[in-house]
Amino acid sequence: MNKCDALIIGGSAGSLDVLLKVLPFLDPAISFPIVIVIHRKHGTDSLLPELLSGRTKLVVKEIDEKELIKEGTIYIAPSDYHTLIEQDHTFSLDYSEKVNYSRPSIDVTFQSAAEVYNDKLVCLLLSGSNADGVNGLKTVKAWGGRAIIQDPASAQVAYMPAQALAHVKIDNVLSIEAIADFINLLP
Amino acid sequence: MNIEIPVINDLQIEELLTDLLECYGYDFTGYSKASIKRRILRLYMLDKAVSFAEFRYQIRTDSSYFKRFVEQITVNVTEMFRDPAFFKTLRNLVLPKLGTYPFIRIWLAGSSTGEEAYSISILLRELNLLHKSLIYATDLNPVVLEKAAQGMFAMSQMKQYSENYILSGGTKDFSSYYTANYSLAKFSDELKSKIIFSTHNLVSDHSFNEFQLILCRNVLIYFDRDLQHKVLQLFDDSLEGLGYLALGTKETLDFSQISKDYKRLPGEKIWRKIN
Repeated sequence: MNKCDALIIGGSAGSLDVLLKVLPFLDPAISFPIVIVIHRKHGTDSLLPELLSGRTKLVVKEIDEKELIKEGTIYIAPSDYHTLIEQDHTFSLDYSEKVNYSRPSIDVTFQSAAEVYNDKLVCLLLSGSNADGVNGLKTVKAWGGRAIIQDPASAQVAYMPAQALAHVKIDNVLSIEAIADFINLLP
Repeated sequence: MNIEIPVINDLQIEELLTDLLECYGYDFTGYSKASIKRRILRLYMLDKAVSFAEFRYQIRTDSSYFKRFVEQITVNVTEMFRDPAFFKTLRNLVLPKLGTYPFIRIWLAGSSTGEEAYSISILLRELNLLHKSLIYATDLNPVVLEKAAQGMFAMSQMKQYSENYILSGGTKDFSSYYTANYSLAKFSDELKSKIIFSTHNLVSDHSFNEFQLILCRNVLIYFDRDLQHKVLQLFDDSLEGLGYLALGTKETLDFSQISKDYKRLPGEKIWRKIN
C-alpha cells in the first residue's frame, strides 16, 4: 500500500457521532494530517474544534487560510467556506457558490486534494443525507487515491455512503468500530 | 460540477494567466492556484469548451468572451449584513467613532454586486451620518458594478437579509428601505446617493484617496501570500491614522509587516491604525 500523505474525512448528518466515537482511539503518533469536512450550520463555528479536541491527544484546529498542513494534526474546515488544498501543501479558502447545497462542500476538498496527493491520498466518506463527496471520490480514484466509506448499514443516514458505493469503486467499507484501527494502520 | 479527471493541467493554467496579462492587462498570477484553477475548470465545463486550445484562443481573441471569463472566474457571492456580529460592531463602535469627523470616507474594496455597500449606507443613515459620508465601492469587474449601481436585489433574498439586519442591531422595518418590483427589491435612491461605484484592480492599481475606514472582506483569501502583502501595503497607504481596516472572518494581517502599526479590536476582524 502507498504511504498515506493525507486523510480527508467528509460527512454530513450523523457523522459527528462517528467522529466522537473514532477520535479517542486514534494513535497520537500518526504520521499524516487529517482534514475533516463536515456540513454544518453557519455560525456554529468555533464549537466543533473544541468539541473534537476533547476526544483526542492530537492537535485539533480550525483551518486558517494559507496555513501550512502539518502531519499529526486534525484540521477542521471552517463553516461557510470551501476548503481547497494547494500544491505547496497549504490551505486555501473560497467563498464561492455552494456545491451540492453545501459550503463547505466535500467534493471541493476531495477534488483539490486528489490532484495534490495523487495515490498518497485516502478519503473517507461518512453518514449523510445528500450526495456531496461522491463526485469527489470519483476524482480521488482517477488520481490513484483510495476511497473509503462508512458501512451504510452502520450509518445514521445511509444515503451519502450508499451513493458512493453505487457510483464509485470503493476500496474499503468500514463499520464504525473498524475506522480507528484502519486509520492507525495507514502507512 | 462533475469532474473526474481534470482536463486542464497546471501548466496550461499558467499559460492562460500569462495571456490575460499580455492581451488585457489583467494580472491573476498572484491568485491562489487551487481556487482559480477550479473557477477556470468550472467555466470550461459550463461553456462546454471543445479543447483547451480553443478555449484559450477564444479568450485571447474575443474580448466579449474575455468579459464573461472575468465575470465567471471571480467570485461574486455576497449578501447584505453578512456576519451580523461584524455589522453590529460597525454600528455600535466603529461608525460612531468616525462620526466625530467632519467628513467620512469609506473604501469598500471588492464590493462585487453591492450588497455590502447598501448595508453600510443603511447603517450610516440610521446613525444620521449618511449626509457627510462617501462610500467608494470598487471592484475589478465592471459588470458587477453595473449591477450594484442599479440597487436591485432578488426579492427571494429579503427574508434572509432582514434577519441579518435585525441580528446586526437594526430596529427599523427592513422592508422600508426597498420597494418590491416583481421578483426584485429596489433599494431607495437615498441609500445610493452617497455611494460611488468604480473599477479598481487591487493587483495593479494604486492608492487613490485617504480613508477612515477600509473594508475588504473575503477578497484576500483568493490571493497568495505575496499578493496579500502587497494589497495590505496598499490599504496601509490609503488609510488615515486612527482609521479602521476590516477583513473577512478567516482573514488576518498578523503575518504582514504592517501589523505592528495596527491594534485589533477584541474578537473582531477589525484593526485600528495606531501609528
